[in-house]
Amino acid sequence: MPADMFVLTLPFDPSALTLEMLMAVLATLVLIMGIIVPKGSRHGLGWVSLLGILGILAVAVSLWGEKRELLNGMYLLDNYALFWKITFMTAAALVILGCMRFIDNMGNQAEYYSLTLFATLGMMVMASAGDFITFYLGLELMTLSFVILVCFRKTDAKSVEAGIKYLLLAGMSSAVLLYGLTLIYGLTGSITILEIGRIIAMQPLSPALVLAVVLVIAGLGFKISAVPFHMWSPDVYEGAPTPVTAYLAVGSKAASFAIIMRLFISGLPGIWENWAMVMAILAAVTIIVGNLVAIPQTNIKRMLAYSSIAQAGYILVGLVTATEAGIKGVMFYAFLYVFATMAAFVVVAYYYNVAGSDELKDYAGLAQRSPLLAAVMLVALLSMAGIPPLAGFAGKFYLFKTIVDGYLWLVFVGLIMSMVSVYYYLRVALVMYRDDPVDATPISVSSPVAVTLVFATIATLVIGICPGPLSEIVNGAAHTFFLH
Amino acid sequence: MDFPILLTILLAPLVASLVLMFIPKEENILIKSISAAGMFVSLALSLYAYFTYNQDIGGLQFVFGHDMPWISDLGVTFFLAVDGISLPMLLLTNLIGFSAIFASWNINNRPKEFFILLLMLIAGVMGTFIAHDLFIFLLFYEVVVIPIYILVIIWGSSKRVTKEYAGMKLTMYLLIGSGFLLVGVIALFVKTTAIAGHPDMSFTGMAMAAQQLGEFDQIWLFALMLFGFGSLISMWPFHSWSPDGYAGAPTAVSMIHAGVLKKIGGYGLIKIAVYMLPLGASFFAPYMAVLGVIGVAYAAMGAMAQKDLKYVVGYSSVSHMGYVILAVACLNVIGINGAVANMFAHGVMAALFFSMIGFIYEKTHTRWIPDMGGLARQTPRLAVGFMLAAMASLGLPGLVSFVPEFTIFIASFDVYGGVAVIGIAGIIITALYVLRAGANTLFGPPRPEYDHLEDIKGPEMVPLVVLGTVLVVGGCLPSLLFDMINSGVVPLHAAISDALQLGGKL
Repeated sequence: MPADMFVLTLPFDPSALTLEMLMAVLATLVLIMGIIVPKGSRHGLGWVSLLGILGILAVAVSLWGEKRELLNGMYLLDNYALFWKITFMTAAALVILGCMRFIDNMGNQAEYYSLTLFATLGMMVMASAGDFITFYLGLELMTLSFVILVCFRKTDAKSVEAGIKYLLLAGMSSAVLLYGLTLIYGLTGSITILEIGRIIAMQPLSPALVLAVVLVIAGLGFKISAVPFHMWSPDVYEGAPTPVTAYLAVGSKAASFAIIMRLFISGLPGIWENWAMVMAILAAVTIIVGNLVAIPQTNIKRMLAYSSIAQAGYILVGLVTATEAGIKGVMFYAFLYVFATMAAFVVVAYYYNVAGSDELKDYAGLAQRSPLLAAVMLVALLSMAGIPPLAGFAGKFYLFKTIVDGYLWLVFVGLIMSMVSVYYYLRVALVMYRDDPVDATPISVSSPVAVTLVFATIATLVIGICPGPLSEIVNGAAHTFFLH
Repeated sequence: MDFPILLTILLAPLVASLVLMFIPKEENILIKSISAAGMFVSLALSLYAYFTYNQDIGGLQFVFGHDMPWISDLGVTFFLAVDGISLPMLLLTNLIGFSAIFASWNINNRPKEFFILLLMLIAGVMGTFIAHDLFIFLLFYEVVVIPIYILVIIWGSSKRVTKEYAGMKLTMYLLIGSGFLLVGVIALFVKTTAIAGHPDMSFTGMAMAAQQLGEFDQIWLFALMLFGFGSLISMWPFHSWSPDGYAGAPTAVSMIHAGVLKKIGGYGLIKIAVYMLPLGASFFAPYMAVLGVIGVAYAAMGAMAQKDLKYVVGYSSVSHMGYVILAVACLNVIGINGAVANMFAHGVMAALFFSMIGFIYEKTHTRWIPDMGGLARQTPRLAVGFMLAAMASLGLPGLVSFVPEFTIFIASFDVYGGVAVIGIAGIIITALYVLRAGANTLFGPPRPEYDHLEDIKGPEMVPLVVLGTVLVVGGCLPSLLFDMINSGVVPLHAAISDALQLGGKL
């Protein structure tokens, strides 16, 4: 009998965790190598991390089509989760490749890269999470890694301030989220999302459940910086080292969307009509405020922060209908958003190394100093604005076509505001293209950065001109969402 | 498969701009020659297409890529084709694009970037006219906005409004308009997919399903499209970007914008809005007619008050587009024929006008009419071009715009009676401001400070020769234009005639 106590009665298939285990090993390895490798050659750690991520990326691609479940739906590996993991890893690879010199200037490469990898691990866990514990584990792993990363420039008061701000507000929002999750657990007696979905569908709507949903939306709204939970993001984005900002803007947001969809569409479909309207209003407010407040910004990182708030608003649109088409829209947009955002932030990071400033006015004449940087920036911004033939246009088309029936007003808000956003994006173009540079020395772009920028720009163009293939893949991924 | 002539026409300028990217920026003449060569290929091929198009068969010809799925879950194909409506527009784009290269021959400030952007702009405009798929159409439609903005803010002029203001106004008007248009298109897509059972964004496929939509749906969808296309064609009261924008823009952009880009609005109204939503069109036709007439009269009055040459032509182009809207609102074969023909005629005329004004400004550094004196003595060739455009503008018989305007008058008088008379009266005001501008610029007392001015010569002559020839040939042989357009309009009208019951005359 005692021996039986250690026999697992649940099916346990650790192969569902392959990617996460590899990532954990890689992160630890980088940390250990940081101790062994002499200080002068630690810049090589970036390459180690990059190659490691690419390797895991390859494994992820080879797992495409697999469908595995761990411990009764606690951990789900399907195309949906895989697609998100590929998204996170692509973002991580781009940010590491594009910002190596920036990191070398900051020092402490081992810790930086290892924390980035741990943050990625947290996101990957979130994408696969099937219950509250796993989800919270991933969320906190990601958040805490980011807290350290945000204040990575220890001697820079702004960076430290941003870190503390992020720590406090993230803790606050986690508490709110946890409170909501606890209430749901209390009402259903389960922490497994799919099971909760089944139980709630049979229950009448109770005020406690409404409160729980509101708290969960507030907690996760913080992570995706949806208005009115966005206050932290401009300050944190501005203060954090630019590569961290880039990864925070892309990775943490995408991971939160991955879990929001699981939580709401799988877990709370029974009360869909109650939260759909909230999401729609949240999306509209986020789009409007994000775009309008971005207009008067003079610091390019703050402007990008507000623009990324607006982007989160667009992505929220896909959630409203809770259909496969909506999920597809969210995933498609999140994927192309990676390239546009990474390209823009890598330009900012690189230019900061040259000019030592993030102020918009210091970008004067960039087009003459480095046509590459200016063109990449322009393409990235216009893709965010949704101007064809760039990827953002196709992305918005997929998102907004899902809500034409029933939420036509939101289509108006989204598309008109995205045209308004062109106003502040073009102001960057104005400064870069019209003005003559104060210091006309050409900027030579180092080859890893050039590769990152060119790759991201080509991806943006190709997805925009020919979205068909990616769309097929995402359709396949979104399709597996409902198969559990 | 036949030679993909439309694809080649579209790609030639793009290839040229790609080549330019690898040419050192000091190679001034080489840059311009490559641009001209790229446009020449397109122009020659589109002339070939125009004259080999089989009008007896009609319909879509030179079809390319209709079986090439582009985005299968949206039903998008890379469908390029032309019919009797789009072919004149394509030819117009090439004529103006080719001339615009030469009108910019004297640009020596960052010429490499200028010509790359200009070629991209021209290719984008061409794309809208040859796309037969709504998604691809939109792709090209919005893509032109950004090159225009950059062209205006770098190479524009800040005489009365700053070029930054002009560029942003131009851009925002068009983008907000296209935002509404986009809402309409997405809604139309969702609704037609529901009707047809499968997504199809080709014009023909979509129209088949869209024509079955209920009257209410058609009306609000048409309203969105009317707003989008209307602000592009500078329909009153969404016209105010036009004079300011043209004044701030460099010559080539003014030429292309007034000459062809605006026409995308009229083209879209006819080939998308009216074709797909005939019930909506017949609901809105009287309102369109009124807005068109107001545009004609209001802008003509506005033009009278202007002393800046570019503003005169800017307002005059709003006024001429009023005729196009009035003609489309007739919703019959004659009216739509007139609308398309007038867009062609006005395009040639406006482009010639702007290129001549551009040269005047380049040489005298002013566009202020009272400062000109009598340029006809000092620069006779310039004066010829200017007067040719001016005469075409007031619809002199023998030049290309006479017959289209006449057609529009017939059609609109037939349908709208009294309202049309106001519009027709606009031609008198047109004559007034055009002749006055001509007289004060060219035939006043010559000013001594302009005695040393060099007349246009060499490459500068190209716009005058190319566009002037079209003005005269099109005027003497109107059937060249009208037979072509008619072959496109008749089938389009036949497809929607059942649905068209024009609501009571005004």
